[in-house]
Amino acid sequence: MKQAGIVIEVEHNQVKETSLGMITLAGRTAESLTALVMDGITREITDQLAAHGVHTIVDLVLPDAPEIRLNPAVRAAAVVHAARELTLDRVLGLSSPEGKDLLPRVAALLDAPLVMDCVDVDLNTGLANTSQYSGKVMAQIQLTGETLVFGVRPNAVPPEPRPVQAKTVVLTDNEAVPENITLRSWDNKDSEGRQSLVEADIIIAGGRGLKNKDNFSLIIDCAEKLNAAPGASRVAVDEGWVPYAFQVGQTGEKVSPQVYIACGISGSIQHFAGMKTAKMIIAVNRDENAAIMANCDYQVPGDLFDILPEIMKQL
Amino acid sequence: MQIYVCVKHVPDSAANIHIVDNLKIEESVPFLLNPYDEHAVTEAVVLKNQVPGSEIIAVCLGKKDAESTLRSALAMGADRGLLVETEKVCDSMTTARALHAAIVKDGPADMILTGKESIDNEGMQTQFRIGALFDFPVVTNAVSLDIKNGNAIVTCELAGGRTRTFDLSLPCVIGAGRGLNTPIYPTFPDVVKSRKKPIETLTLPELNVPAAPGSAKIVSMTPLVQKRHPRKITGTPSAQAAEIIRILKQEAKVLS
Repeated sequence: MKQAGIVIEVEHNQVKETSLGMITLAGRTAESLTALVMDGITREITDQLAAHGVHTIVDLVLPDAPEIRLNPAVRAAAVVHAARELTLDRVLGLSSPEGKDLLPRVAALLDAPLVMDCVDVDLNTGLANTSQYSGKVMAQIQLTGETLVFGVRPNAVPPEPRPVQAKTVVLTDNEAVPENITLRSWDNKDSEGRQSLVEADIIIAGGRGLKNKDNFSLIIDCAEKLNAAPGASRVAVDEGWVPYAFQVGQTGEKVSPQVYIACGISGSIQHFAGMKTAKMIIAVNRDENAAIMANCDYQVPGDLFDILPEIMKQL
Repeated sequence: MQIYVCVKHVPDSAANIHIVDNLKIEESVPFLLNPYDEHAVTEAVVLKNQVPGSEIIAVCLGKKDAESTLRSALAMGADRGLLVETEKVCDSMTTARALHAAIVKDGPADMILTGKESIDNEGMQTQFRIGALFDFPVVTNAVSLDIKNGNAIVTCELAGGRTRTFDLSLPCVIGAGRGLNTPIYPTFPDVVKSRKKPIETLTLPELNVPAAPGSAKIVSMTPLVQKRHPRKITGTPSAQAAEIIRILKQEAKVLS
């Protein structure tokens, strides 16, 4: 391996914790790390990156116009340009919502192998661990090729400080804007103030036990109090209580929070597929025989309509 | 329009997966059409209804028994099927090359639909590789699709309810997400009719599928079971709530 490049995600002028964790993971098997930052660099960002072990910070300058800058095809071309320019033979990014639309584009453009949603990566050997078959199997995958691309599951590794001296490089990509894909509009509703499901430390999710759409506001209110992300089982989504974006499970989001609080969720095999890698599962359920009660860390038998308001009251 | 839908034959999501030789899964479980691909087939049928005279071709790379998945796509409304038959386990780079070669041979394509990911390998990438091989634009996790003035207007969902809308020139590749439509549930007559629809079988050598410059190979598989040992929190709702808060603060350290 020559050089590992890490695509960094920034939010509110801060490097995301999940990106810092990815740097920690990469630092375990790579000597020298290069961070690729696409939306402008500040002193705060360079300090954070240097404190976590990044040696080279690349300011990937994109056109200012948001419809160009936010176009994933433009961003992927910029990452590919940087990879070639800086002879990066390993490229890492988060398996985040943005990453799922970026890293496969990068891999396809480089014609390089890719594993998404890795929980562990060895950059020297090209081995990666990822779950398959809806979280029922952990597969170890060997990548071979000139350049290898890895998507790292957010929260797979917590960030650890590793201060180094970092230098900054500015790279401007003058490639033509693609004509066959144009970003017409984007909307960021719900991103402000509400925690992203895949990146949250705490998720509180509701299922059939909520009974109707109005009751589901209890989950959303409780999530706000706990600074948690609200989630839902497929039933709650299919019933139209909450949008699909809330769904955790096989056909929803796969999440690994520190704590997953399942309320009125029976715990089908498909739901577990989305949350079984949570560090701690707390299940609140009236039915002590529900599947989730046998496969959690704390079972709380009782009525969620009594317990959740109590939690809110006591916080 | 000539619409190609790439479909995958995957184990039923409810099946118990057993691992053989620490390397592969026991394949005696029921296999079916990948759930996200159901949305892709359904959207192709919607498009065909909008643009009369369109043809829907379902394409699948897999073993002989993947034919049943093609039959499911035909029952949902695809007109014919192409099975690229191989006993080999193909990674995404090779799969995309095989599907590309089959579509080139059969085409030309005006649109290629796929699911946003398969529920077995969860690679999330084949649609992008097909797009790169054709030099067609690609979007993924599409939740709405309209054809206007010869372009595809596609809204895609990021997490958290955030969306982005793209204007793609045709031909293009679209990865279907769950919000795109409600999958067609074939009636018994549909199923009967699908048995008479043609499926052409192709092989990798006859398609001259080129070797990829890299690979992803599974070297080991282990069952992912996390043994959790539940402890019970009892008492009044108030006491239970207090204990949950204590655990969040002191054990999980996610609350201050």
